Amino acid sequence: MSQARGSSGDARLPDVFLTPGTSSFSDFLGAVSPELLPARRTLPQGTAAELAPHATTIVAATFPGGVVMAGDRRATMGNIIAQRDIEKVFPADEYSAVGIAGTAGLAVEMVRLFQTELEHYEKIEGSTLSMDGKANRLSALIRGNLGLAMQGLAVVPLFAGYDLTADQGRIFSYDVTGGRYEETAFHSVGSGSMFAKGALKKLYREDLSELDCVTVVIQALYDAADDDSATGGPDLTRRIFPVVSVITADGHRRMTESDVAEIADRVIGGRMQRPDGPHAALN
Amino acid sequence: MSMPFYVSPEQLMKDRADFARKGIARGRSVVVVQYADGVLFVSENASQALHKVSEIYDRIAFAAVGRYNEFENLRIAGVRLADLRGYSYDRRDVTGRGLANAYAQTLGTIFSSGGEKPYEVEIFVAEVGDTSEEDQIYRLTYDGQVADEHGFAAMGGDAESVATYLKEHYRPELTRDEAIRLAVQALGHSESGDRTIPVTELEVAWLDRTRPQQRKFRRLDSDSLSGILAGS
Repeated sequence: MSQARGSSGDARLPDVFLTPGTSSFSDFLGAVSPELLPARRTLPQGTAAELAPHATTIVAATFPGGVVMAGDRRATMGNIIAQRDIEKVFPADEYSAVGIAGTAGLAVEMVRLFQTELEHYEKIEGSTLSMDGKANRLSALIRGNLGLAMQGLAVVPLFAGYDLTADQGRIFSYDVTGGRYEETAFHSVGSGSMFAKGALKKLYREDLSELDCVTVVIQALYDAADDDSATGGPDLTRRIFPVVSVITADGHRRMTESDVAEIADRVIGGRMQRPDGPHAALN
Repeated sequence: MSMPFYVSPEQLMKDRADFARKGIARGRSVVVVQYADGVLFVSENASQALHKVSEIYDRIAFAAVGRYNEFENLRIAGVRLADLRGYSYDRRDVTGRGLANAYAQTLGTIFSSGGEKPYEVEIFVAEVGDTSEEDQIYRLTYDGQVADEHGFAAMGGDAESVATYLKEHYRPELTRDEAIRLAVQALGHSESGDRTIPVTELEVAWLDRTRPQQRKFRRLDSDSLSGILAGS
């Protein structure tokens, strides 16, 4: 590996590795191998939006004691379903998760960089970043992608985690310029987000249990898939269901496929009776 | 014009080695012990914040004795190398052997170059495998030599007497708690008599192959440590 070699051709670690200074992996990467940084790439003029698959709807909601994030499994390229079992919700570190909407390839790369960034800081400093610190780092990575976003390759993640200092689940949304906004209770991003948000508005309560909260986000994803062609609904023949992450004071946990399937089956059972989903009280 | 005195290369290297050894011998010891489910590190360390044992990557840990600023630099370089490799290839492509090689080359070059003072450090790099046969422990000395260790090893000021104690009492397939008790006793052992090291002056960390998470490195807090030591 070229970066690991000294300039004089010996195998000694280069000075930049041994120089104290930054605890940020992306800063280090910028100094050693800038070509690996997504932000340093230049593209020819024109739009590239139709070239790559897009990932769609992500929802997140808090409950007393934690936060839940879920994503559907579809990636689209124009009218084509590029992948029907893509995963769009990833653990960022032990107490947070990031879900991605937008250009799938760039988003997955950004997630990898973000995961490495958090772990790198933790190892070098011996302590984890604060929840706001993590959210700000993600902001900086998105901002680096602005040039590509203007050519149609936008990445819009949703970030959620358990804040050990505040003892609660927190959700952050972003815009393509890296703007960071803290959301209360719930949020959704991606092409089906307006439908998912409508469902969340009607179904969300402050005193949800963990299981109920997972049911709410799965209901919301069902509604998103119902009205948005780019969001994948539960695939009953292939048994493909949303990826669900639950983050509590015990850390990040991805719900097992069988647990998610069980909840999804209940949701679908209800929809068999009433396709538009559960009634909300009028007042 | 003054003429520099002639110093034979043998003498020059011997002086540099003596210098490094003296620096290392001033510090307290670190012990590494292989147990049934992984690799354990115990060191005598009065500081709670300045660690001698640290995580490098998923399955790789680092322990050092000697000058803090020097081994801290090496530790950070190791984390950077591992994270860079894991990011550009894949997490599985980061190996303890690769890291040990990079350290060996670095220490070796610094030791034999006239311009720099040799590093006064000694390092363990350990990687935990899926079974104890696949565990790897490397010891790196100030001059860049690498040695493969099996079962247990000690370095630092009282390395010899600590290693002798471990040799007499070590057996394979210890439980983690047995390994901790053995390592703590070994650190307290010396020719002139045994002493009890206060719990707050011990640093305990291990790589646990049974941990479900990708990252196998764990630290032990002093409350849990008191409990384990009282259990003997």
